[in-house]
Amino acid sequence: MAQLQAVRIHIMGKTYSVPAALTIMKAMEYAGYKLIRGCGCRGGFCGACGTIYRTPGDYRIKVGLACQAVVEEDMYLTQLPFFPAQAATYHLDQAKPALSQLLKCYPELSRCLGCNTCTRTCPQELKVMDYMAAAMRGDIARVADLSFECIMCGLCASRCPAETVPYNVAILARRLYGKYMAKKAQHLAEVVSKIKAGEFDASLNQMADQNINELKKLYNSRDIEP
Amino acid sequence: MYTPEMLESIKAVEKTRGKRMKEQHPRLTPQEKEALLKSFHPDFRPDTMRKVTVGPSKGETMPHELVDLLEARSRLDPHTFSLEAVAHDVEVLVIGGGGAGTSAAIEAKLAGANVLQVTKLRLGDANTMMAQGGIQAATKPNDSPMLHYLDVMGGGGFVNKPDLVKALVHDAPLVIDWLEDWGCMFSKEADGALVTIHGGGTCRKRMHFARDYTGAEIMRTLRDEARNIGVPIIEFSPAIELVLDEEGKCAGAVLTNLETGEYCVVRARAVILATGGFGRLHLAGFPTTNHYGATADGLVMAYRAGAPLIFLDATQIHPTGVAFPEQIIGQLVTEKVRGLGAQLVNTEGEQFVNPLETRDAVSSAIIRECLDRQKGYTTGTSQPGVWLDSPMIEAIHGKGTVQRELPAMYRQFKRFDIDMAQQPVLIYPTLHYQNGGVEINDLGETSIPGLFVAGECSGGVHGRNRLMGNSLLDILVFGRRAGQAAAAKSRSVKIGKLTLEHVKKYHAELDQEGIETDRISPMLLPDYTRKVPRADRG
Repeated sequence: MAQLQAVRIHIMGKTYSVPAALTIMKAMEYAGYKLIRGCGCRGGFCGACGTIYRTPGDYRIKVGLACQAVVEEDMYLTQLPFFPAQAATYHLDQAKPALSQLLKCYPELSRCLGCNTCTRTCPQELKVMDYMAAAMRGDIARVADLSFECIMCGLCASRCPAETVPYNVAILARRLYGKYMAKKAQHLAEVVSKIKAGEFDASLNQMADQNINELKKLYNSRDIEP
Repeated sequence: MYTPEMLESIKAVEKTRGKRMKEQHPRLTPQEKEALLKSFHPDFRPDTMRKVTVGPSKGETMPHELVDLLEARSRLDPHTFSLEAVAHDVEVLVIGGGGAGTSAAIEAKLAGANVLQVTKLRLGDANTMMAQGGIQAATKPNDSPMLHYLDVMGGGGFVNKPDLVKALVHDAPLVIDWLEDWGCMFSKEADGALVTIHGGGTCRKRMHFARDYTGAEIMRTLRDEARNIGVPIIEFSPAIELVLDEEGKCAGAVLTNLETGEYCVVRARAVILATGGFGRLHLAGFPTTNHYGATADGLVMAYRAGAPLIFLDATQIHPTGVAFPEQIIGQLVTEKVRGLGAQLVNTEGEQFVNPLETRDAVSSAIIRECLDRQKGYTTGTSQPGVWLDSPMIEAIHGKGTVQRELPAMYRQFKRFDIDMAQQPVLIYPTLHYQNGGVEINDLGETSIPGLFVAGECSGGVHGRNRLMGNSLLDILVFGRRAGQAAAAKSRSVKIGKLTLEHVKKYHAELDQEGIETDRISPMLLPDYTRKVPRADRG
């Protein structure tokens, strides 16, 4: 892989030459930025490094995660590490898995114009507009499923002309789904009641009191589920 | 975007796939495993470590990069820094914004304590967010906390602290229940049963997951709930030193605002350190899977205040870090890929280790295959690796499994035009986890009254080697325990005059040992500026 070929990029309007094939994040560091904001897990999961950019001859704003997207010749970029989106607080115990709950927390949800900018903006390539449409129908299971890989970077909210906050609507829907709509795990409830009744305490204590040689014997002879 | 040479090497993997599907590579005997670790695991390389010469664990062997930070001076001048102006006076101070810190803050708040949570970056910026594979708990009828206990001890080399392991396996199903109740979306069967699979070193299918966003799903749920119940949070303000009172009780911390440089004194009746591990120190030059902020800050602060550190000579090298493409080198390929059946294969299309051995053994076997037996593939940037035969997953479980069960992994490679459902991926071990840390008891308490530690910053529960799925578990079990215990303790504690005497003493000890250095610690953030990217900069 040829590493030393250079590309020109423009970080907040300032021009730098950086090695080709770097991610935007590594290119910024190469240029001398010691990142405080706009850098988190460096692995595409945390949503800290949402970046917007444009390339010459194209009027469209593009987006990417700085830790995953690779630099392009003449990209004009800036990070958007924080967005003052509104986030509702609620009591999950008293909430209802219904449209009324979504609207109570986010009344502006119904202002969605269906313009699809959110979907075009999502660096995870989620079908944001589709889950917002599902939210407006009160189809909470659908919102939960379609938004599951959301990393809450906030870029969708930053570009929404109706000023909705899709990623916060989505986590509300996911928690409502997880709490009220997904079936409870029966086997879990059974084990939990046994633990709370102290049923394993004696055996666990006995296990913890074993000397190492006994423990090794038990370990090496334990059967392994296929 | 594999090169033609790589595509050629992949052919050897494809050629033997049918035959390998039917074969199970034999497990290592205990003797074979020991010999393998001694010859190839980085923990046994004498050039990577030295003895620390100051502090409560003086004489213990630890990685150079960590000893450098321990044998360093405070960011504060303890003779001139004033603790008079207390900006926040709380009952429980939680330092750290990952899964351990956030679960501790939630529990302390629910227990009625006046809590403050502070963190170096944003709430949720932590390794928790990146943990893909799963979380262990004995929730199935064929399993038990005792079997889980055995697995943890065996994985850790039988040196784990029994009380901690007992707490871990005992609370495990309670933690899953707690999360389910917060609306965390675990992967389930139609009847609500939790889907579970094997991880390396498990004797039962005990790994629960939320697709391959398990840690992210847990973290975003906890973060949302912490906000709902009103846990006050100060972001971009790491602690740089603990504060004790004149009796030696932990009594707060000094923070610095990363953006303005301003200091801020917090007084607290109990402090919970949940600052994570040391992956970003790039021990022995390894790339890392870790979060940007994993710079051992908590170890440094606790050590200066007098808390012993244990098992820090044992570092977990994750067997499967990305070896290609270069842009994402060192990033994690979740163990779930192996859990779903993908085998590890050399350039001759042969298996060389059972993919479900413990992480230390699999890593050592890969290093041996590449460096000793010369049967690895070396990329154009001199990065060696072996093939992880991910297409096996769909051959075993059916088409669409990779995208359904491993969406994050699939996306990560797809961005670089590699379809892991169709093509194997090249991997090499990467620095993943700090097995040791600050010594604690089963409530997360340290030897310093009022100081609790939870999560990766603590040591003992995993012995010398953590099993997959026990880290998400650890942070929640001990985060919750520490949160509850700290809240209870804070009710009865009276804090005296705040001091930095311990820092003065520590500096004096450095002088006494003749350590003249301009190093300061904690590090707070690694410095990658103006560096030509190399394989060791994940």
